[in-house]
Amino acid sequence: MQAHDEFDPGESPHGLPQRAAVGGFDADTPEGEEAGPLVRPYVIAQGRDHADAVQLDMISVVIAAKRAEVDEMALEPEQLRILELCRRPLSVAEVSAHLDIPVAVVKVLLSDLLNRGLALARAPYTAKSPVSRDVLQAVLDGIQRL
Amino acid sequence: MASRDSDPGPEAPVPSALKILVAGGFGAGKTTLVGAVSEIAPLSTEEVMTEASYGIDDLSGVESKTTTTVALDFGRITISPSLVLYLFGTPGQERFWFMWEELSEGALGAVVIADTRRLETCFAAVDFFEQRGVPFVVAVNCFDGAHQYEADEVREALSLNPDIPVTLCDARERESAKQVLLTLMNRVSEQVAA
Repeated sequence: MQAHDEFDPGESPHGLPQRAAVGGFDADTPEGEEAGPLVRPYVIAQGRDHADAVQLDMISVVIAAKRAEVDEMALEPEQLRILELCRRPLSVAEVSAHLDIPVAVVKVLLSDLLNRGLALARAPYTAKSPVSRDVLQAVLDGIQRL
Repeated sequence: MASRDSDPGPEAPVPSALKILVAGGFGAGKTTLVGAVSEIAPLSTEEVMTEASYGIDDLSGVESKTTTTVALDFGRITISPSLVLYLFGTPGQERFWFMWEELSEGALGAVVIADTRRLETCFAAVDFFEQRGVPFVVAVNCFDGAHQYEADEVREALSLNPDIPVTLCDARERESAKQVLLTLMNRVSEQVAA
């Protein structure tokens, strides 16, 4: 697909550029060197990867386990901050934003906390668990109330 | 293990989350629209991605890697104690397709914000959602001073299917942004029913 970086408003009769209806986006043939396999850095996570990680989504909602005994020495400082923050339910993305730690790193730190039983996570709705009409209606009503 | 939600425990109820994507070119008004309806000031999270060359999996390729930081702005709407909706502004540039891939998974649907001053900046997003079958609507953000186009002119320029809603909006206005989301939700319901 061509980048449409330069747009001359004089070119089309309506003054709007025309999108080609067929073709277009093709993830299989990324152009140039911009796209490629991605390796995410885990600096704080000490090189651990997803091998032992609980599957967490950006919008998995996490809460610190209430009566868990926390061995502070066994945890990273960032993990203690996560537990502090997650006294109320927050998404992985919110934790990332509040602590200014990339999402990928938050996921690794969190999955460790989940494996230790120090936090609980609720998986979001996914394509595998399609949203029911009741939920759709609830969302519609919720937006209506804004 | 997908979740640890089997133990209700003594903790506060943990809500399930849903997401809607807000896509469009740089400066089209993604974060503005998110902010107009979000109950929190939009937050920003960063994903640091290291891009390696194809076919290189050994250490010799290290020096050729480049690091890209992709910022995502998002907002939140609490629907009920058990349901939270997140709105993610997705980076518009085509080269961030790998983020869309991850973000669009499980998304209820998407709003593509069209900026008629630079309509071509939303082409890639339209292509993406169209091909993935993600329900979407096109919201034409009417900027002050920009030439005002009719929804049908934009629809034609985008070669959209007739059943894809196109609405004009002012992304700064809560009521307007709300109407865009309602249009999307109706579209999502139609698509679920179909």
